[in-house]
Amino acid sequence: MGDHHHGPAKGLSRWLFTTNHKDIGTMYLWFSFSMFILGGAFAMVIRAELFQPGMQLVNPAFFNQMTTLHGLVMVFGAIMPSFVGLANWMIPMMIGAPDMALPRMNNWSFWILPPAFLILASTLFMEGGAPNFGWTFYAPLSTTYAPPSVTYFIFSIHVLGLSSIMGSINIIATVMNMRAPGMTYMKMPLFVWTWLITAFLLVAVMPVLAGAVTMMLMDIHFGTSFFSAAGGGDPVLFQHIFWFFGHPEVYIIILPAFGVVSQIIPTFSRKPLFGYDSMVYATAAIAFLSFIVWAHHMYTVGMPVAGELFFMYATMLIAVPTGVKVFNWVTTMWRGAMTFETPMLFCMGFLVLFTIGGFTGLMLSIAPADFQYHDSYFVVAHFHYVMVAGAVFSMSAAVYYWLPKWCGRMYNETMGKTHFWISFVGFNITFFPQHFVGLAGMPRRIPDYALQFADFNMMSSIGAFIYGASQILFLYNVIATIVAGKPTSEAKTWEGAEGLEWTVATPAPYHTFETPPQVR
Amino acid sequence: MTTQSSTEYEKYYVPEKSKLAVCATIGLILSTFGAASVMNDMTFGDGATTGSWGIFWFGLFFFSATLFGWFRMAIKENLAGLNSAQLKKSYVLGMFWFIFSEVMFFLAFFGALFYVRTLVGPWLAGEGEGGRMNHLLWEGFENQWPMPLTPQEAVGGVANQPIANMGTFESYEKSMAFGEAAAWYLWLPLWNTIVLLSSSFTVHIAHMGLLDGNKRKFNIWLGITVALGMLFVALQALEYYEAYAHFGLTLNSGIYGSTFFMLTGFHGFHVIMGMTMLLIQWLRSVRGGHFTADDHFGFEASSWYWHFVDVVWVFLFLFVYIL
Repeated sequence: MGDHHHGPAKGLSRWLFTTNHKDIGTMYLWFSFSMFILGGAFAMVIRAELFQPGMQLVNPAFFNQMTTLHGLVMVFGAIMPSFVGLANWMIPMMIGAPDMALPRMNNWSFWILPPAFLILASTLFMEGGAPNFGWTFYAPLSTTYAPPSVTYFIFSIHVLGLSSIMGSINIIATVMNMRAPGMTYMKMPLFVWTWLITAFLLVAVMPVLAGAVTMMLMDIHFGTSFFSAAGGGDPVLFQHIFWFFGHPEVYIIILPAFGVVSQIIPTFSRKPLFGYDSMVYATAAIAFLSFIVWAHHMYTVGMPVAGELFFMYATMLIAVPTGVKVFNWVTTMWRGAMTFETPMLFCMGFLVLFTIGGFTGLMLSIAPADFQYHDSYFVVAHFHYVMVAGAVFSMSAAVYYWLPKWCGRMYNETMGKTHFWISFVGFNITFFPQHFVGLAGMPRRIPDYALQFADFNMMSSIGAFIYGASQILFLYNVIATIVAGKPTSEAKTWEGAEGLEWTVATPAPYHTFETPPQVR
Repeated sequence: MTTQSSTEYEKYYVPEKSKLAVCATIGLILSTFGAASVMNDMTFGDGATTGSWGIFWFGLFFFSATLFGWFRMAIKENLAGLNSAQLKKSYVLGMFWFIFSEVMFFLAFFGALFYVRTLVGPWLAGEGEGGRMNHLLWEGFENQWPMPLTPQEAVGGVANQPIANMGTFESYEKSMAFGEAAAWYLWLPLWNTIVLLSSSFTVHIAHMGLLDGNKRKFNIWLGITVALGMLFVALQALEYYEAYAHFGLTLNSGIYGSTFFMLTGFHGFHVIMGMTMLLIQWLRSVRGGHFTADDHFGFEASSWYWHFVDVVWVFLFLFVYIL
C-alpha cells in the first residue's frame, strides 16, 4: 500500500487481482472481442443454413439454439462489455481521475462475466440442448416448453445483471465524485455524459430483467403462475416486463456509441462538436423516452387501442432528439478541415447506416404498418443497422482512435481502411436485402424459407461471410499493432483531438492523474 | 471547485491488487451453478440432489466468507485513516444507487401485480376487448381479487383445459386480505406493520443518539431495532405457516398466491438482509467500539437500507393486504 508510483505486477496475478482501471478495461475489451467471435460463429451457422432454401446443415432445433445464443452473446457478451471496457479505460482519463471510484468492485464486475458466459455456452452440451426460445425468451416458450438448460440460462442472466449493475454504480460514482477541479458537468466530454446516462439506465432496468427471469424460475420450478393463464397470470405480462427492460437496453447499447462518435467526428473535422448542450439534453431526452415506449415491440400481441396509440406517438417522439444528434454530427463536419483516417471512416459509416436504421425504426413505430412488418426479416435488418452499423462500427472506430494512446504504437492505416471498406460493403450486402425479403413476408427465426426469397438470402449469406472475415483482419491489425506497430510517443496522436486523455504521455502510464489536473 | 477539494483528491485511496474479487467470483458462480443444478435435479432429474447441494453450500460459504473478509478490510482501511472524504462520498453514492436498483427490482413485481389485477383478471373473465376468447378458453371464470377460483379450476381442472400449461393451480380457502380476517386485532399484517414502522423510528433514535455522541443510547436503540426486525421475521414466518397449514394458501394458489408470496417473500428476504446488516453494526459498536458522531457510514448505509425495506412494506401493506 502507499506507493502508487510503480508499474503493473508481473504474470497472471496482474490480471486476476488487478484494481487498475486500464487493466480491467483491457480485460473487458478482449473478453468482449472473444464473445464477438463466438456470437459471430453462431451467426455464420445461421447464414450458412440460410444460404439456400431447404434444410442442409443443421436441424431446426439447433438452428433455434443458434439464433438464441447469437442474440444473447452479442448483446450481453460482446456489445455491452465492450463499451464498459471503453468506459473503464477512458472515463478516468477523460475527467482527470486517478482510477474508478470503487476499484475492487470494478474487478469483480469483470470477473463474474467470463464464468457466466461459460455456463451459458455450456448449455449447448446439456441434455435437451441450449436455450432455443430466442434472445427475448418469451413465455411460455421459455417456461412451459423450455429445455432444462433454461435454469442455467436464468442464473447466468442474474450474474450478468449483477455485473452490469455494479459496473454502472461504479461509473456513476466515478463521474459524480471523481471529476478534476474545474471539470464541471457541462465541460465533460460527451462520451462521459452518454455513459453517465447509460449507467443510470442500467441501474434502473437490469433489476427489472432480474425480476422477469426470477418469475420464470418460479413458474418453472415452484409452481407459480405469473405467465400461465390457467392460474390467472398472463404470458403477455412477460413481454411487458421484458420490454420494460428491453427498450432501455437498446439505448444502453447505442448511447455510448453516440458518445464515441461525438468524440471522433470533431477530431477529424478539426472543429468543436456542434451543439454540445443540445447533445447532452438530447441524450437525456432519449433516456427518458426509452422508459415509456416499450410496448412498441408488442403491437401485434393484443393491447387496447389507446395503448397502441400512446406507444406509437411516444416512439415517434424519439426521432426528435435522435434527429438533433444526427444533425449536430453533420453540422460539426460542415466546413471542417476533414481528413478520413480509419476512425473517421467508421464514424461516417455509422452516421449513414445508423440513420437508415433509425428511419426503418420510424417505419416500425407506426402501429398499423408494424402489423405487416412484425417479426419479419425487416425487423432483423432494422436492428442490425443500429446494432452492428451503430454500436459495432463505433466500437471499431473507438479502438482505432484510442489504440495508439493505449499501447504507444500506431496501427496500419491501410489495413484499417481495408477493414472499414470490407466491413461496410459486407455489412450492406448482408443486411440491405433483408429489408426486401422482410417486406415480402419472410419471417425471422426460421431455418427454411419459400423459394422466392432464395436469391436475396444467398446474397445475405455471402455478405455475412465477407463481414465475418473482415473482423479477422481487424483482430490481426490490432494484434500486429500491439506487438509490432510503429512506436509513437506523441501525447496527441491526432492533430485535432481535444480532451484530458491526450494530455498524458503515450502510451498512457499505468497510473494517470494521481494528482488531479486543473481544468480551465 | 475550491482549492480545498484538490487536496482531498490527492489522497484518494486506490487499493492495491486484491484477491477479493476472484474469490467472490468463485463463490458466486459455484453457488448459482449449484442452485440451478438443485432445481433441475428436482424438476427434470431423478430427484437426487446431494452433489448439487454440495456445490451450492460450498459456493455460498465461500462467497459469504469472502464478503466478510471484504467488509472487514474496508472497515480496517477506514480505521487506518486511508479513506478521504471523497472516497466516503463514493461509498455514499454506491449505496444510494444500489438501493435505487433494489427499488426497481420490487417495481417489477408490483408492476406484475397491478397488471394482473387491473387487466388480466377482467380479460380472463371475458370483460372488454381482451376478453373475447373467454367462452373458448375459460368459460365460467369470474374475476375477483383475491382470486378464490383460478381459471383452471373454473373449467374443471387440467383435463378440461384447452391450452397446455405447467402444473395445477389450486385456490386457497382463505386469503390474507383484511376482509377475510376474523377480527382486526387478530390480523397479523397489522401487527407486522406496527412492528416494522416502529423499528424505523427506533433506528432513527439510535442515529440521533450517535450524532449526539451518546453511544449508550445508540447501542440500546439499535439493539431494539434489531430485536424488532427479528420479531417481524418471526411474525412473517408465523403468517406463512398459517397460510400453508390453515389457509391452503401456497405458491401454487394461482396468481394471488404467486404475487403474495413473491412480494412478501422478497421483502422478507430483504428484511433479513437489513437486519443482519444492522446486527453487524450493533456488534461493531458494542464489541469493537466502532463509530463516532462524524464517522459511521457502515451504520448509516444499513439504516438507509432499513428505511428502504420499511417503505416497501408500506406499499405491500397497501396493495397486497388492504386494497
